[in-house]
Formats: sequence, structure tokens, C-alpha cells
Amino acid sequence: MCLAIPGKIISISGQLDETFRVGKVSFGGITKEVNLSMVPEAKIEDYVLVHVGVAISIVDEEEAKKTFDYIQKIGELEELQNSPGERL
Amino acid sequence: MKYLSEYRDEEITQGYLQALRKVVTRPWTIMEICGGQTHSLVKNGILDMLPPEITMVHGPGCPVCVTPLSIIDEAIALAERSEVILCSFGDMLRVPGSSRSLLEAKARGADVRIVYSPLEAVQLAATNPDREVIFFAVGFETTAPANALSVVQAHKQNISNYSILASHVLVPPAMEAILSDPENKIDAFLAAGHVCTIMGMDEYDPIVEKYKVPIVVTGFEPVDLLQGIYMAVMQLEKGVAKLENQYARVVHRDGNKLAREAIGEVFDISDRTWRGIGEIPKSGYEVKDDYRKFNARLKFQLEKMVVKENEDCISGAIMKGLKKPFQCPNFGTKCKPEHPLGAPMVSSEGACAAYYQYAGMKEEVL
Repeated sequence: MCLAIPGKIISISGQLDETFRVGKVSFGGITKEVNLSMVPEAKIEDYVLVHVGVAISIVDEEEAKKTFDYIQKIGELEELQNSPGERL
Repeated sequence: MKYLSEYRDEEITQGYLQALRKVVTRPWTIMEICGGQTHSLVKNGILDMLPPEITMVHGPGCPVCVTPLSIIDEAIALAERSEVILCSFGDMLRVPGSSRSLLEAKARGADVRIVYSPLEAVQLAATNPDREVIFFAVGFETTAPANALSVVQAHKQNISNYSILASHVLVPPAMEAILSDPENKIDAFLAAGHVCTIMGMDEYDPIVEKYKVPIVVTGFEPVDLLQGIYMAVMQLEKGVAKLENQYARVVHRDGNKLAREAIGEVFDISDRTWRGIGEIPKSGYEVKDDYRKFNARLKFQLEKMVVKENEDCISGAIMKGLKKPFQCPNFGTKCKPEHPLGAPMVSSEGACAAYYQYAGMKEEVL
């Protein structure tokens, strides 16, 4: 039930007050209206994580890359340990 | 980046599996808290691929599974009132109450509707002023802000025919209940990434400290889960216990402050009964007195129901990680997704249903 999916903001329309800030978010081409009141700094083109119609976080691209850098570092570390002569 | 496909990459998944096989030297038992993580681990075949030293056990983080029978019966009783439109997330509909499910109540004429968001239910109330719209507000900390927001919106729009039947549960008290069980054998936890997106990480520091248990906040895709498991195993192998964050692309140390403010505006922390586990102090949310007119329990003067669980269901032992689904004599025989005895077989995030659907009930790989 805690399923939340990242999608890209394609438009933002303010309504009444901050409780009703909404935008259109594209999930791989499928567009849905999403409440943006909990991510006030989110702007068009940002990826937001959406749960039951409400955006709960902006996805951080720099942090996202770290998962892939991390596995690369594990690999490099192993190579370093396995062949110290070549590396030193 | 699209933040989905990259985290399902087979090569990177294999890379993490290989790294895991190299570092693991002893048996370790790791619990993933969230039912979404259970579903992903089983569906993606990760349990089959992990080194044999690593045993994953599946936590209580399936709100459908832990909602008590008495609250399901309350929802059905409300749905059967002629003036009521009862709105719910789809996966609550098939959960068996003591005499029937919401789906069966719907077949008998109750106006039960599936919504994607509680905010849709508020709009339904606005367009049906002669009906009473009740949202069955089930969920963990992840869902609480949206449910709170629905109450705030109804309040601001003066929509008086909207209310919620709250059944909110909280992760940290459940973790403490599991760790305090004398039979507990969990070495490390993968904390629920989306719960922490809202709540942040601070509330897990005292648990790491008190129980000396590694906790890694983890996402939901195969690469996320394997990196989370790898980080937990590295801690265990080194003999340290820390709070780490695998899911930093969406989880910040201090969570989402505005979401927590919305929760604080509408809900108070309350004691809560967990199906299969029992009452855990301060482990849920109830609607605040200030918003009492949006509390369906008070609005419709529901009497507290006392109902008995099906004794053939071992869901408590399943959700504490003490037993695996295939260790239940009724798994796949008397208890199937079409005829569930208990909640873990109902929701696709329940451990029993996930095993039944994806794992082919093979004991040796589970």
C-alpha cells in the first residue's frame, strides 16, 4: 500500500491556497493530476514521488546516481584487492 | 533518468548479488518491514538468488494485513447504511470481515467505491451533498499525510458530508514489539523507504542504539533491495550497528516536514490493535478532537465491536517473522487468495499471497 511512483511534472496550476496546489504529472506517458502542496519547491520538469495522488518527495538526481557509483566502487575495490601488484 | 527502469537493470542486480556472495561468511536473518518490499523481493525472484546464508523474513508492513477484523466490520456496517458511500483503496475490499467482506457487502447492495486517492473521495462528497461519503483511511505513515490533507480540504471547503474511518499504524512501535519478543531472531532491518520519506530517519536512532541492530532505509526496486541487503550484511560482518540510508534519492534525514505538519494538524497518536499481533501502545493515529466532525466513528456513533479471529490463521507468527507461509498447514490448501483465512493471504503485499503467487511454494528456496 505504500507504493509510490516517480513521475515528471509537466504543468502546475495553483488553486485557492497552498492546500490545493496541483499539477499534472506524467508517469511514462500516462498523465494524472497530483496534489503538490507537500513539495512547494517542486517545479516543472522535476521528478516527484507520488503516493495516492499526493507528491511526497522530489527525486534527487545526484543521489540517484550514487547507487550506480556504489556498485562500481565495490567492483574497483575488489580488483584492487585481487591484483595489488598491477595497481601499485 | 526515469528512476524506475535503471533500478531493474539485470547487470547491476547481478553485480550486487556477486558482491554479496563475496562478503557473506555467516548466516544472517534480515527483516524487510514493508509489504511492498516483500512483494518486490518475491516477484523479482530475489529470494531465490540470495546467498544461502541470508534469510529474509517479512515484516508487518502491510496495512491491509494488520487492520483488525473489528475495523473491517465497522467499515462494512457503515457501508450498509443507505445514506453512505464508502470509499476505499481497492485492496481492502476482499479482506474477510467476521461475516463478509466489503466486496460481498457491495454485491448485496452497499454503495462501496474504489478510489485511488482520498482527495477523490472529498470531491465525491462535494458532488453528492445528499449522501454521506466515508473514506476508509487505512495505512502507515506514508499514507497519513494524504488522508490528513483530505480532512483539511473538506474542512476548508465546508464539506460537511465527508468523514474518515481511520485505521492508521506506525512502524517504529511495531519494530520495538518484534525486537522485544523473546523468540526474536532478526539480525538487521531494511526500513520502509516511503515511510521514512515522510517521517525522516531520527526515530530509528534509538532502536539502533537500544537493540544494537543495523537498520538500512531501503527502496523498492531490485537494485535498491540488493544494495540495502548488501549494506546491512556489511554492517553485520563488521560487527557494527548503524542507521544507514540506501534510498537517499527520496529520503532526507528529516523527512518531509510539511507532510508531518499535515499529520499533526489532523491526527493524535493513539494505541492501536494490530491484526495478528495484538495491541501495541502508541502505534497508530486517530482523528483529533478539533476535527471530530470528520471522524466517522464519532459521527455515526459506532460501538466498539469485539470479534474473534480465525484460529486456523497463524498471521501473527508470519508478521513477526517467526514462521514462513509454507510452515502453515493451511497454506495453499484451506487458505488461498480466492478464499483467504487471514489477511496476509488477501493483499498482494501480504507475505502469504506473495509466496502463493510468485514463489511456487518451493520450500527449499524460501
